[in-house]
Formats: sequence, structure tokens, C-alpha cells
Amino acid sequence: MLEQVNLVKELADKHGRRRDSLIPILQGLMEEKNYLTDEAMVLVAKELDISAADVYGTASFYTFMDTDVRGKYVIRICKTISCSMKGKIDVLHTIEETLKIKVGETTSDKKFSLLETNCIGWCHKAPAMLINDTPYTELTPQKVTEILQEYMKL
Amino acid sequence: MVNLTINGLHISVKEGTTILDAARKLNFKVPTLCNHPDLCVAGNCRVCVVEQLSAKTLVASCATPVTENMQILTNSLKVRTARKHIIELLLSEHKADCTKCYKNGFCELQSLANEYSVGDHVYIDLVPIHAHKIDKTSPSITKDDSKCIRCQRCVRTCAELQGVNALTVANKGKEMKISSFFDKPMHEVICTNCGQCINRCPTGALVERNYIEEVWEEILDPNTHVVVQTAPAVRIGLGEALGLNPGQRVTGKMVAALKRLGFNSVLDTDFTADLTIIEEGTELLGRLKRALVDKDPTVKLPMTTSCSPGWIKFIEHAFPEFLDNVSTCKSPQQMFGALAKTYYAQKKGLDPKKVVSVSIMPCTAKKYEADRPEMRSSGFKDVDYVLTTRELARMIKQAGINFDMLEDMKYDSIMGQSTGAAVIFGATGGVMEAALRTVYEIVTGREVPFNGLNIIPVRGMDGVREASILIENCKPEWAFLNGVEVKCVVAHGLANARQVMKNVRDGKAVYHFIEVMACPGGCLGGGGQPIPTNEQIRKKRTEAIYAEDMGMPIRKSHENPEITAIYKDFLGEPNGHKSHELLHTHYTVRRSY
Repeated sequence: MLEQVNLVKELADKHGRRRDSLIPILQGLMEEKNYLTDEAMVLVAKELDISAADVYGTASFYTFMDTDVRGKYVIRICKTISCSMKGKIDVLHTIEETLKIKVGETTSDKKFSLLETNCIGWCHKAPAMLINDTPYTELTPQKVTEILQEYMKL
Repeated sequence: MVNLTINGLHISVKEGTTILDAARKLNFKVPTLCNHPDLCVAGNCRVCVVEQLSAKTLVASCATPVTENMQILTNSLKVRTARKHIIELLLSEHKADCTKCYKNGFCELQSLANEYSVGDHVYIDLVPIHAHKIDKTSPSITKDDSKCIRCQRCVRTCAELQGVNALTVANKGKEMKISSFFDKPMHEVICTNCGQCINRCPTGALVERNYIEEVWEEILDPNTHVVVQTAPAVRIGLGEALGLNPGQRVTGKMVAALKRLGFNSVLDTDFTADLTIIEEGTELLGRLKRALVDKDPTVKLPMTTSCSPGWIKFIEHAFPEFLDNVSTCKSPQQMFGALAKTYYAQKKGLDPKKVVSVSIMPCTAKKYEADRPEMRSSGFKDVDYVLTTRELARMIKQAGINFDMLEDMKYDSIMGQSTGAAVIFGATGGVMEAALRTVYEIVTGREVPFNGLNIIPVRGMDGVREASILIENCKPEWAFLNGVEVKCVVAHGLANARQVMKNVRDGKAVYHFIEVMACPGGCLGGGGQPIPTNEQIRKKRTEAIYAEDMGMPIRKSHENPEITAIYKDFLGEPNGHKSHELLHTHYTVRRSY
């Protein structure tokens, strides 16, 4: 908890305590942990002297700011049409079978979360996905299995 | 000035005027939902669209300023078709179980659906696919997301007028919803229960938690003695909910109606408002004495009023470091409740177990206040049920009472007599004015130096009003106040209250006495008052409150004979042992979200 208090203070010192400092601060928190806890949002609200509901409203608007518990590695597979046409569905099934979770879920060891995302701009190398900030493209069931196995070793 | 035509009629309006306001000037009605005169422009519901000749798309008239030579059509075929589709789309996401809805007959969406004769099943009903839940956790406010059209009037109310921001817009697109912090239940968050969101919700998404059936049951039970108290602002608001114009004083008719409803005795919160003045005035003088004479460093000044339960919950959440500055006096409602089951029961020879105490309030936060665990000093729940002005109006309709034709009746006794000082509790600045009328006279032996007792500087609609009063030629026992300039400030609307408290905290302002009422205009603009509300309506109600004051034979709380009697027969002295037991309370530090 104290760590979090200090982190929020540090981020506020860095980005300022105005209303428009909110998003950079939340992004800073996202870098530390893959999701925003309610405690963290209350701390941010206190630091900026705004309501916690306001912080939650802002955070929940952005797809890449999670307010639900997420694993260490967040997989976001593209759900738009180019990727679907290039065999995304088989890739998705492979991920689900390998990790034993469905879209929206997190593994019990809190290592992986599986989500869908709108277009991430890799249509020319579809199907594509992100693991945290790293894109993986031209996926096949075999390729995605290998990628996941590498992450499982980490 | 900008020249334009609306439906072929020429009009010249100030730059910056919206098309909506220009159309209204020409008496063209344009329907609105998200728009509200008390709030900033949102432009999200789209029902106010109009056609601008030469523009490709329809424009939202509430959010578009006029431009030179604009040609506007408010009722073309294109406009009417679009509006109808917009209403139908809103309805496709709205649980339209109108006949079973509490807002049936008072719903703005329902009247628009009626006006535009919307058809059945034009769009797929999307309500079933969202698993909406109804939040009934708050004793004051019920929130039903299935009725919400996401116009965000509530969010803007909570932010702009109240500075509380208990409600926010969460998520986006089809997932977008009006939410508290982390969608927590309403009773767990910083909501002050003020009900201003209810006053502005165009549908049944936010309504008061109603206790009408419970009260009917108590009235019909032959073994109970049901006493009812009526707050100052109810008597100048109730008429609006029964078809009368804003600003009509209906005190006598209201008393008559309550008797017809079957209440065993009809009494007045104004009596305990007078009592509050004596207790709170004494407390203020006590604090001043401790600060100025005893040089006691622990005494907390400025002292703030404590009548408004929305303000109390707000300060508990937002400024817990100032809780010792809040007067320990209970609100008039709770003083009344504590006395109804003690003093009143004794005097009337009633078993307090059988006394049921009901209050009629312009307020939804009073429902929460009555439920506080500390509000049981009579040994029972001091106030059993709190009804809003609107709920009372509904009971009067249910009972088939022709309100307008009722002959005026008088309050019962005891605890039914009051003064002009008590009735102005219903307006912002009123508690301050009533307190000054009494405190000044106690200290100097003279009436306050304002023409006709009317302390004009503390009245009005400015959000924050400062005033000071110089104390001179005191009675000997108050000589320490000679030459003291008592500095007062009045704030209404919690956003203004927050600013005042910040100024106090940061040392930017020094006061002795702070009055806060949570709602715009004071209790007369309370969350339980008739809908709609706007500044004109609140001004009418304010005029009615001050007219009521002028019409009272006694206008100073300390001259109320029933007040003299209760101290003689029951309480002993102001701030005495019995008062502390029954009429004073303490506050709780609450979390910040």
C-alpha cells in the first residue's frame, strides 16, 4: 500500500496535479501493474482533489486501461475483419486451449489474461495480437503455441 | 445582434444565443431531454434537432449558437421523422414498463413518446440483453439503470451544482452507463442523498425511495398514534405538485389535507426550527465566549450549521478535519422526532411505543438522516418515516382530496406553534437570519439593526454571500463581545460549500458562523420538492417563504411561547443536560469515494 502511495505521489510530482494530469498518471500506474486497483484510483483522486468516481469514469472509458484484475501478461487478439479472414478463429481457439481460459478471463496463477481488441493496425500481417505492448503477427496455431510456451517459461 | 429566421419568422437575438433559446423566444417549442436550464449544455440526446437550410445534417438546437442569416425549421417533415426515430431509439434502450413505473405520468420521455405517437417494436428492444440491476441500497435514492437514457443530467448535477461527483459516466459505446465509483452500491459511496439528480432525471432511472404504503399502514392501524411534522419549505412547494402555480402558500390547506389523510396530530417542524435557533445560538455564543474570554485553544470556530443532512454527509466525506466545527445541534426534523416520543408523549399521556413519527420534508437526505444509528435518543427510532413533498402530494391524490377547495386549518398543539424565523429555514440564508435575529437580541437587548427584521445581505441567490454585523452596547454579561464584528457566510449548493470550506482551510477567509444548505436555493429547492425546478421557480418559492415570514405574528424564535414553555416544563435550559441528551448529536468520519 505504502509503495502505491509513493508511486502515485511520484507520478503526480512528475505530471502535475491538474485535471489533465489524470491520464498520464493512470498510464504510469498501468506500466507498474497491468490494471488499476480501486485503492490506486482512490489515491489518485485524493492527490488531484477530484472524485474517485471521476477517475473510474476516465479509466473505464479507455480499453487499454483495465479496471478489472489482469494477469502479468495481457493478450489482446484482434477481433476485426481482416484478422478474422486470415484465420484468427483457429489462433484464438489454440490460445484458449493452451491457457484453459476464455476471452475476458485470467488464468488462476494470474499470469495470463485473454482479451479481444479492435484493429491494432497490423492488417497487412494478419492475424495479429498483442502481449502487453509487443505485437505478434502472421499468427498460426503452431506459431502462437510456441509464443505462449516462451511466455510460460518466464 | 444576430438576425435569423425560424419557421419563416424573423428574429434578432444576442450573439451566443442557442437556436433553442431563439426558438423559445418566438414561442416555438422544441423538445429536449438532456438539456436543463440549471446545467451546462450536453447535446447528447439529440431530440432537439432542427433543420438548418443549406446545412447537410440536422443540428442539435440546444448546442448550436445562432449565426447571421440562419434559416431554421423546427417542424419540417425531416425534423419530425428524425425526432420520432430518435425517441424510438431511446425507447429501444429504455425499460418502458410505464404503467408500473413510479414516474408514470411525470416522465419526460413518456410525454415525448406520446407527443410523437411512437409505434410498437420499431427497433429491437435492447433492454433484455443488458443485465441491469436496480440499486435499492440507499434509504433515499433508487437507481434503476434499465430506465436510464444516459442523458447525464444527473452526472452534471452532481458535478456542477454539488461538486460531489458521486456519479460518473463509465465505459463507452453500448456499454456506457451512469455509474458510481467502481459501480459500488449507492449507500457505499460519497453520495450525499441530496436528491438533486432525482429533480433533474427525465425518466424513472433516479427516484426517491418511497415509503407511502408504510405510512398508510401506520395511519390505518388503530393502535398507533401517528404524528406528522411538516418542514418549512413544504408549505410553499406542495401546491406545485397538485396543479397550483409555483410560489403559492398552502400552509392551511396542507394542514387540512394531512388531517383528512388521518394523521392523529398535525404538528410543525417549524417549532423545532425555533428550538434549533435557541440551541444553536446558545452554542455559538458559548463557542465565542470560550474563544474570546477563556482563550480556550480547543474551541472550534467558525461554527457551521447542521440542519441540512446533505451538507452533513458531505462534510463527513470531504472535510472530516472540520467535523468539530459543525454545530452539535440535530436538525429540526430530528429534534422533533426525539421530542415527539418524549415530551409530546408525556404531555399527551401517550405510550411512546405507540407513537409513530412521520415527517414531510422537501428533502431526500432526510430519509438517510432518520436512519442514522445515533438518531434514537428517545429510546426508539426518533423519526419513523420520512416522506418528500412529492410523496405527500401523491397521498393526497390517492385519498381523493380536492386540495384546492380545502378550507385552511391550523396546526395542532403542542409543538405546532412557530415563528417567521422558523419558516425562513426553508430558504438559503434563512437559518443565518433567524439566528442573528435571536443572538443579536440576546446579546444587546435590541432588535437586529435591519429594517423590519429583514436581514437582506444574507438573502438572495448568489452562491456564496458574506455579511458581517458589528456588536455594540452589549448587555453587561456579554460585554466581551463589544466591538466584535461577527463574520458570517452563507452558501447553497455543495459546490459553493466546498469552495467556502477550502477558503477556510487555506486561511483565505475568516468567519465566525457558516450556513450551508446542500441544495440550490436552500430547502425550497430540495431534492424532494416538486419537479420541474429552475431558477425562476426557486425565486417564486423564495418570495413565498419570505411572505410567509412577514405574515407571522411572531418573527423571532425566542419569542415563541411554546419554546418558553418547553424550557420551563421539560428541557430546563438551552444546551443543558436534557438538551444534550435529546437535541444534540455527533458526526462520523467517512471514506473519500
